Amino acid sequence: MSRELFRFKGGVHPPEHKAESNSRPIHAAPLPKQLVIPLRQHIGNPAKPVVNVGERVLKGQLIGAADGTISAAVHASSSGTVVAIEPRTVPHASGLPDTCIVIDTDGRDEWIAHEPLDYRALPATDLRMKLRDMGLAGLGGAVFPSAVKLDPGPAQACPTLILNGGECEPWITCDDVLMRHHADEILQGAAIMRHLLGSTEILVGIEANKPEAIAAMEAAAANLDFTVEVVAVPSIYPGGGAKQMIETLTGRQVPSGKLSTDIGIQVFNVGTAYALARAVHHGEPMISRLVTVTGHVLRPQNFEVLIGTPMQTLIELAGDRDGTTGILMGGPMMGVPMPNPGVPVVKATNCILVQSRELFPPLPKPLPCIRCTRCADACPAELQPQELFRFAKAGDFGRAQEYHLFDCIECGCCSYVCPSHLPLVDFYRYAKSEIWARERDKRAADLARERHEFRLFRQEREKAEKAAKLAAKAAAKRAELAEGGARPEPAGAAQADGAPAEASDADAKKALIAAALARAQAKKADAAPKNVDRLTPEQQREIEEIEARRAKIRELARKPLATEEDA
Amino acid sequence: MTSPTLHGNDSVTRIMAWVLAALVPGVVAYVWLFGPGILVTLAIATATAVAAEAAMLKARGYPAKPFLLDLSAVVTAWLLALSLPALAPWWLIVVGTLAAIVVAKQLYGGLGQNIFNPAMVGYAVLIVSFPAQMTHWPGPLELTHAQLTLAQSAAVIFGGEVPRATLDAVTMATPLDTLRTGLLQQFTVDEVMRQPVFGRFGGVGFEWLAFAFWLGGLVLWARRIIDWRVPMAFLLGIWLAAGLLHFYDAGRFGSPWFHFFTPSVALAAFFIATDPVSGATTPRGKLIFGFGAGVLTIAIRTWGGFPDGVAFAILLMNLAAPLIDQYTQPRVYGEARAGKETRP
Ligand code: SF4
Ligand code: SF4
Repeated sequence: MSRELFRFKGGVHPPEHKAESNSRPIHAAPLPKQLVIPLRQHIGNPAKPVVNVGERVLKGQLIGAADGTISAAVHASSSGTVVAIEPRTVPHASGLPDTCIVIDTDGRDEWIAHEPLDYRALPATDLRMKLRDMGLAGLGGAVFPSAVKLDPGPAQACPTLILNGGECEPWITCDDVLMRHHADEILQGAAIMRHLLGSTEILVGIEANKPEAIAAMEAAAANLDFTVEVVAVPSIYPGGGAKQMIETLTGRQVPSGKLSTDIGIQVFNVGTAYALARAVHHGEPMISRLVTVTGHVLRPQNFEVLIGTPMQTLIELAGDRDGTTGILMGGPMMGVPMPNPGVPVVKATNCILVQSRELFPPLPKPLPCIRCTRCADACPAELQPQELFRFAKAGDFGRAQEYHLFDCIECGCCSYVCPSHLPLVDFYRYAKSEIWARERDKRAADLARERHEFRLFRQEREKAEKAAKLAAKAAAKRAELAEGGARPEPAGAAQADGAPAEASDADAKKALIAAALARAQAKKADAAPKNVDRLTPEQQREIEEIEARRAKIRELARKPLATEEDA
Repeated sequence: MTSPTLHGNDSVTRIMAWVLAALVPGVVAYVWLFGPGILVTLAIATATAVAAEAAMLKARGYPAKPFLLDLSAVVTAWLLALSLPALAPWWLIVVGTLAAIVVAKQLYGGLGQNIFNPAMVGYAVLIVSFPAQMTHWPGPLELTHAQLTLAQSAAVIFGGEVPRATLDAVTMATPLDTLRTGLLQQFTVDEVMRQPVFGRFGGVGFEWLAFAFWLGGLVLWARRIIDWRVPMAFLLGIWLAAGLLHFYDAGRFGSPWFHFFTPSVALAAFFIATDPVSGATTPRGKLIFGFGAGVLTIAIRTWGGFPDGVAFAILLMNLAAPLIDQYTQPRVYGEARAGKETRP
């Protein structure tokens, strides 16, 4: 039973605050009057709407189709009428609106026809397509489309499958209660994953602070016809991060810039496994999820919530209180503040954390960095956060990249321990966004320069060709003359002259092309930024989000000026 | 959009308060062994440091309160005061503190920006400019059998009239000075060490002061207020350098134990070399920094022209710290381990 565990570097021990919400049973949240369902709830391309305003939809009906491989469909969470397809404020730090399908529910909660899938009988590709069309996406927070992750790729098999029940963020307990109450279904999901990935080793990592969940999962694992090893891992934030969970269980690190499947390991959140089982065995698309509502509420607990339900509804159900200072989606370490309480629950919403002054007192004003390296000791990515901070602050983004800025997982451990209370993560996000922006500008500039250079090159080539043609003509003329005339000797000489001339012209042309190519290549090599190539879709999405944030920052920066003008 | 919204309970003030608390055993031992004069020195240094810090912050347009509350100026003042001879004249203390706070700290940009350890800059300025005044060490009670009262100490420090005989009775050369002078006069270490100023390990009294600093330092170490690497590497540097020399010629070079139990080495190991701002930051860098400072301390004590080498050793290593950092960047998560590919 006892498996050798490995300790990842760094990490912190924030107060857990799990007991508040994990003892109450799961409640189904009531059907709201209106559902607001964003088309982009996952990483990758947003879904494309396939219904029209005014159309009646049924519960579980496809309303947004997946667009491309890295995408996931969205479905109506209940029956009703589509009343709008328009930009609405979505649960995102940027506070920017995004396209949503708005449904007025009819209270009948009428299901569309749906049936279980015989996953063993279906070819793997078809099954993955079906899962994509059922909207399966990771519920651990990253919301990566599950179908993509269920593809073992060219290796044909992914030997190790890890179910992540770490749930290391304080306050959040939705995975904990899910494991306590639905362990069997989670492991049914694992069986499907194992089937698709060809895994031979199945591990469930659960932080040791959830003994009930561990017991439930162990009991469920005992009933299976394949081996599942339930492992209690130390409770250290961010031990539930995929990379950290992999290292804890296997002692291996995912190489920088690679995916875990490259080392034969795939990780899924336990909630995703549960949703997968519901999809396959019941034919239910991803239209609901467990959400922890906790913090400054009267009855912190977990709800089974339809996607699209306004957060405010849940907060009221849990008993809202005076003195609320803000709402976070997610936990206190990585959670994002919500622009308003009316935003809907989405697939990524694992927790709604209501803040108050007592629970989350404002931080003292930051002092300068004293280079104490407490941040470096806490950093699970084994970075030197104090140096990253120094470079980011000074605008020296090149150095920040050299010091592996892009390996930062934004876990917040560094800020948590910093005695100077520096908002380090904000600086890293800012630096990353600046670098993305510059890369983009640079790429545009490079493209323009390449075009310009190519034009020059073409003009030169044309000139050279013209010259060559002229020379050839002249040579031909001379040859004609020579043939016609009685002086063979000069003609021979002329020909001898002409041929090398032509040859050298051709050579020059080749050399020119080669030089231009080499130059272009050198340019490309110059331009290729360190660790920004090989973008994963997650990063691509991150870029987009950062863009949105940047836009907002700029807007904010402009505002004070505007008011000054007004005054 | 600040995340995390949660913060541990650490703060600069807490760290500095711990450092001050850890110096208390040293101060108590100091008073016990050498009389209460040190309290006057500490008071002058602290007052000067706080006033200078406030004035400089104001001049530079910074709010004074958060920076004074961080206690870093007080720590600098105490470290300098504890490095100075306890009967140093008041103006010496003021000049040293001003050099530390105004020049070494604030002119470099204030908290977190200084390249050099401020207390050591203050000390170096004084020892270069006023070498004579830097030798007013009171002798330990055990040897002098007479101690100045607090009032008498204050009188000496503020340049008041104190009977010459009283002063002569209580001040004497430090063991380090005695050793140096003795060796210059061609005595062997053994012969010098037979003089009454030497005790079991180091100088009589001085060794107990060193013990008290060790005690406070180990508390900081155990509480993880300071990184373990710097003190360990520093002491290792001292030990190896002194040990090798002593092994080479025990007649001409003092034993490593003697160096271990000089107060300045204990103070430097746990309180000065561990200053994060002016030290190296990478794990390997900290080892190099500490070790280098230790070796340089012995080298300067042995061949340099000053009574002690700690301050200059630390300052030299401060200078090297950015370079050390640059060349000792650790491997990050997921990067191939040195000499070994990441397992496939
Ligand atoms: S923890 Fe804060 S003060 Fe300490 S080195 Fe890191 S950033 Fe600087
Ligand atoms: S936020 Fe980034 S730099 Fe800070 S501890 Fe996490 S990974 Fe390291």
